Amino acid sequence: MDKNKKNGNFYTVIYAAVMVIIVAVVLAFVSEFLKPRRDANIRQETRQTIMRSVHLEGRSYEKYITDTAAGPENLPLFICTLDDGTRKYIIPLEGKGLWGSINGYLALNDDFRTVYGAVFDHEAETPGLGAEISTPSFSDPFRGKSLYRGETFVSLSVVKPGKSAGNPNAVDGISGGTLTSRGVENMIRESLEPYIPFLRHYE
Amino acid sequence: MNKRIFLDPLFKNNPVSVLALGICSALAVTVKMEPALVMALSVTLVTGFSGFILSLLRNTIPDRIRIIVQLIVIATLVILVDQVLKAFAYPISKQLSVFVGLIITNCIIMGRIEAFALHNKPFHALVDGIANGLGYGIILVAVSFFRELFGSGTLMGYPLIPENWYVSAGGFYENNGLFILPPMALIVVGLIVWVFNARNAKKDKKAWNK
Repeated sequence: MDKNKKNGNFYTVIYAAVMVIIVAVVLAFVSEFLKPRRDANIRQETRQTIMRSVHLEGRSYEKYITDTAAGPENLPLFICTLDDGTRKYIIPLEGKGLWGSINGYLALNDDFRTVYGAVFDHEAETPGLGAEISTPSFSDPFRGKSLYRGETFVSLSVVKPGKSAGNPNAVDGISGGTLTSRGVENMIRESLEPYIPFLRHYE
Repeated sequence: MNKRIFLDPLFKNNPVSVLALGICSALAVTVKMEPALVMALSVTLVTGFSGFILSLLRNTIPDRIRIIVQLIVIATLVILVDQVLKAFAYPISKQLSVFVGLIITNCIIMGRIEAFALHNKPFHALVDGIANGLGYGIILVAVSFFRELFGSGTLMGYPLIPENWYVSAGGFYENNGLFILPPMALIVVGLIVWVFNARNAKKDKKAWNK
């Protein structure tokens, strides 16, 4: 192509405009086309995450879980009825990690004091460091921990790895992921606090 | 000619170890091998196809908005990769999280487009892009191999160090925490660069003596 024509103002502007329109159309089309699959993935994942918090991964969500709302503020609460009839109460958690939001589910036994199970997930924590909160090796030790010391609500502390032994209110954090671990600790306390006043009398 | 376009970027002109491009992301995603592999694959696709597309367009692109046009093509491809991963490989896309978006800023891609794709035929540009992506991948896999093995005691997520070796189980072994932190990535990359340079220098010397 002629060098001068190629570098003219008119050609440059038209070139940029056409290019952007083509790209926009392609991206909008692909995004719409893949949306159902993407949404299905996300919904499926949320449900399986909830099932994981009560150690029923891969089982039917509809069969075990009832969605409900609780308390004066209608906070979301999931009630899981196990095969033997005992109930577990699952509370959604939301908070901030190091790079983005983190979330999770904490399942409580029907005494509303001890933890039955926990799962965590994150949006953008560092792979291999903070992102490890989503692995079972981080979340499994939550089982059996207590939210109370005596009769006071103390939530759970996420402490330096290895320092939680023998402490019913603490779990091990992640080395190299201190800020994310701290985020988990804050998230649990802040998310549980609104539930505490009424949860103990909940039936 | 074709063979050299493909083979040179793998070792002799490796984008990371010889040209020192794309080092930032090589430090970021190499804590574990699996995300490193997916990252390498994604970058290979993006370098390959962005080179191909821009080489097709090379005679029509106005000089003054050359870089912008390159960025649009690269960004579009990266978004496509991200969307496809979210739809078909959701768990891995979650693991890579922000780093997929950061492929846009990977210097290898723009470097190869400026240096190669804009002056060569589309097919050659495609081969050059893929080869550079693979060259990047080789380094990523090598770095993540050492970091995951020594930092976490696993490879591809499978534990390799017997459980009872660990100090916590009464053994003698402990994972080296330094390996999962970025500084060790830099040191490992540095050692790999050293190996590559030593090897290339030897070859050059041989060629010289002949």
